[in-house]
Amino acid sequence: MTDVTTTTVAYRPRRMRRFVRWFVSDIRGAISLTFLLLLAVISILAPWISPYDPVAQDVNAALAPMSAEHWLGADDLGRDTLSRLIYGGVASLYASFLAVAIAVLIGVPVGILAGYLGGWVDTMISRVIDSFLSFPAIVLAIAVTGALGIGLTNGMISVGIVFAPQLARLVRARTLVVRHELYVDAARCFGGSTGRILWRHVLPNAIQPVIVQVTLLLAAALLAEASLSFLGLGIQPPDPSWGAMLARAYQNMEIAPEQMYPPGLAILFTALAYNTLGESLRAALDPTMKRN
Amino acid sequence: MLNAARLHIIGRRLLQAIPVVVLSTFIVFGLLKLVPGDVAVTLAGDNASEQRIAEIRELYGLNQPFLLQYGSWLAKAVQGDLSNSLVSNEAVLTSIQRCLPHTLLIVALALFTALLIGVPLGIAAATKPGSWIDSIVMAIASLGVAVPNFWLGMLLVAFFSLQLNWLPATGAVAFTKDPWASLSHAILPALALASGGVAEVARQLRSSLVEILSSQQVRTLHAKGLPPSSILWRHGLKNVSVNLLTVISLLANRMLAATVVVEAVFAIPGMGGLIVNAAMHRDFPVVQGVVFTMVLIVVSLNLLTDILYSVLDPRIAT
Repeated sequence: MTDVTTTTVAYRPRRMRRFVRWFVSDIRGAISLTFLLLLAVISILAPWISPYDPVAQDVNAALAPMSAEHWLGADDLGRDTLSRLIYGGVASLYASFLAVAIAVLIGVPVGILAGYLGGWVDTMISRVIDSFLSFPAIVLAIAVTGALGIGLTNGMISVGIVFAPQLARLVRARTLVVRHELYVDAARCFGGSTGRILWRHVLPNAIQPVIVQVTLLLAAALLAEASLSFLGLGIQPPDPSWGAMLARAYQNMEIAPEQMYPPGLAILFTALAYNTLGESLRAALDPTMKRN
Repeated sequence: MLNAARLHIIGRRLLQAIPVVVLSTFIVFGLLKLVPGDVAVTLAGDNASEQRIAEIRELYGLNQPFLLQYGSWLAKAVQGDLSNSLVSNEAVLTSIQRCLPHTLLIVALALFTALLIGVPLGIAAATKPGSWIDSIVMAIASLGVAVPNFWLGMLLVAFFSLQLNWLPATGAVAFTKDPWASLSHAILPALALASGGVAEVARQLRSSLVEILSSQQVRTLHAKGLPPSSILWRHGLKNVSVNLLTVISLLANRMLAATVVVEAVFAIPGMGGLIVNAAMHRDFPVVQGVVFTMVLIVVSLNLLTDILYSVLDPRIAT
C-alpha cells in the first residue's frame, strides 16, 4: 500500500524501464498489446490500405469466394469483405471506446463521491448502483436505444450508462480504503479543499483497479456493439461493423458459409486481446501478486 | 431449514429488494420518457387531427405529470396489469407469458450445461495447477469468455444443423406440447449461451479450489493419511460451494441478457425477440414490461442466492 505513493511521483526513465521489463517478462500481455496497437494503426490508416470502398457494390462479385482480387471474398451485394472488415474495425473500436469513456465519466466521479462523502449520499448512490446492476446489461441498452433512436452512437451511450455502475462500485470500494490513509488526513490538516483532496490524493490512488476494469470493459463493450449491430439496433446499413457483417453473413450462410469467419474471428481475437491485457495489467499493478 | 432466524433474514431481504425493483423500473420509465418528439403524435399516425392527438394523450394518460404516470403504471404492474402493446394491442402480460417459457428453458439448459462442463474442467485444473491440463483449461476459459455467443450459435447451426442434419436450426416448441422436440430445439441455443458460463465456472472453481487445497487445513488432512480423492470431495468442494453459488447467480443474470441475441440467431420467439421488436417500433409498454419481468427474475434469483448462502454457510447471518 505504501508503495503506491511512490509510483505517482516516479520519474519518466524509470517508468520506461519498468514498462520494458514488463513487456519482456509477460509474453501474453505483450502479444495482446501489440495486436491492439496494430489494430489501431490499421484503423487509422483504413482509407489508404483498404483495397476497395467498403460500401461500393459490385454485382459481378456477389458472394465471391476468396481470390486474388477479393482476399476474403465479398458479401451478397458484392462488397469487398476485407475492406468492410477494416472499416468495421474502425466502427467497432469507436463504439467500444465511446461506451467505456461514458462509463468512466459517469462511474468514477460517482464512485469517488459516494466513497468519500459517505453517509446518506453513499446510501443513496449505492441503492441506485444496486438497481442498475440488477438489469441484464444488454436488455437495458436495447430499451434505451429504442427510446433515444436506433443508431450506433445512441446504442453505445446506453451501453456506457449500463457499465457505469460497475466502475462506480469499484471506485467507491477503493475510495473507502484510501480516504482513511494518512496522506489524506495530512492533506486535510494542511487545509486542502475537498475537491483538491479528491483530485490530487484520492483519485490517483483509487485509479489502479479502474485501469484494469476499463480494459476488461472494452472487451465487453466490443461484444455489446457486435450484439446490437447484429440485432439491427446498432450501426445502420450500408456502414460496416463486425456485428452487422455477421448478420449479413448469417442470411447467406447456406451459399457462402466462409463469410462468417472473418468478422467472427476479428471479434474473438480483439476481445481476447483486451481480456488478456486486462489480466496482465492486474498482475503487474497488484502489489500482492508481484513476482520477483 | 426454516427456523425463526432464517425467516427473519428472508423477510429483511424481501424488504430490501422492494426499493431495487421500484428504483430500477423508475429508471427505465424515466429513460423511456427521454424520447425525442411527442409519443402521442407518433401514436396518432400521419395526418392525425389535433383532436385525435389530444384523445390519444388522454387515453394513455400522457397529459399527466411524470410521477403520476409512473405511479399509476407501477400500481397496475404489481397487480399484473402491464397494459397493452401500442402496436398489436395485445395485453403485455399475455405476450410475456407466451415468450418467457422459451427463454427460461434455454437459460436453464445453458446454466446446466455450464456446470456440467465447467465443474469437471475446474476440478481437473485445480488438482494439478501448472500442469498441461491446467493450461488447456485456462485457454478454453479465455476463449469461452471472448467468443461472441451469437457467432458461436451460427457456427453450431452451420455444423450440427446444415452439415450433419442432427438438430433443427431454428424455431422453438413449447415444452408442455412436446418435451423432446422442445429440448432438441433448445440444445444448440443453450450450448451457444453456455460458452461464457463454462469459462466462468471453470475459472472460479479452479482459483478457489487451488486456494483451499494449498491451505494448512488440507495439509493436516494429508498428514492424517486421508486419500486425496476424499480430501477433494469431502473438504475441498464443500468449501467452494459458496463461491460456486455466487458464480451461478451472476451467470443467470448474464445469460438472461445474452439470450436476447442468441434467440435472434435461432429465431426463437422468446423475451429477446419481444423486446427487440418492441424497441424498433417504440412500443414502450412492451419494453417496460419485459424489463420489469427481467428485473423481477434477477431480484428473486439474488434473493434465493442470499437464502441459500445462509443454508450453506451458517456463519453468514446478516
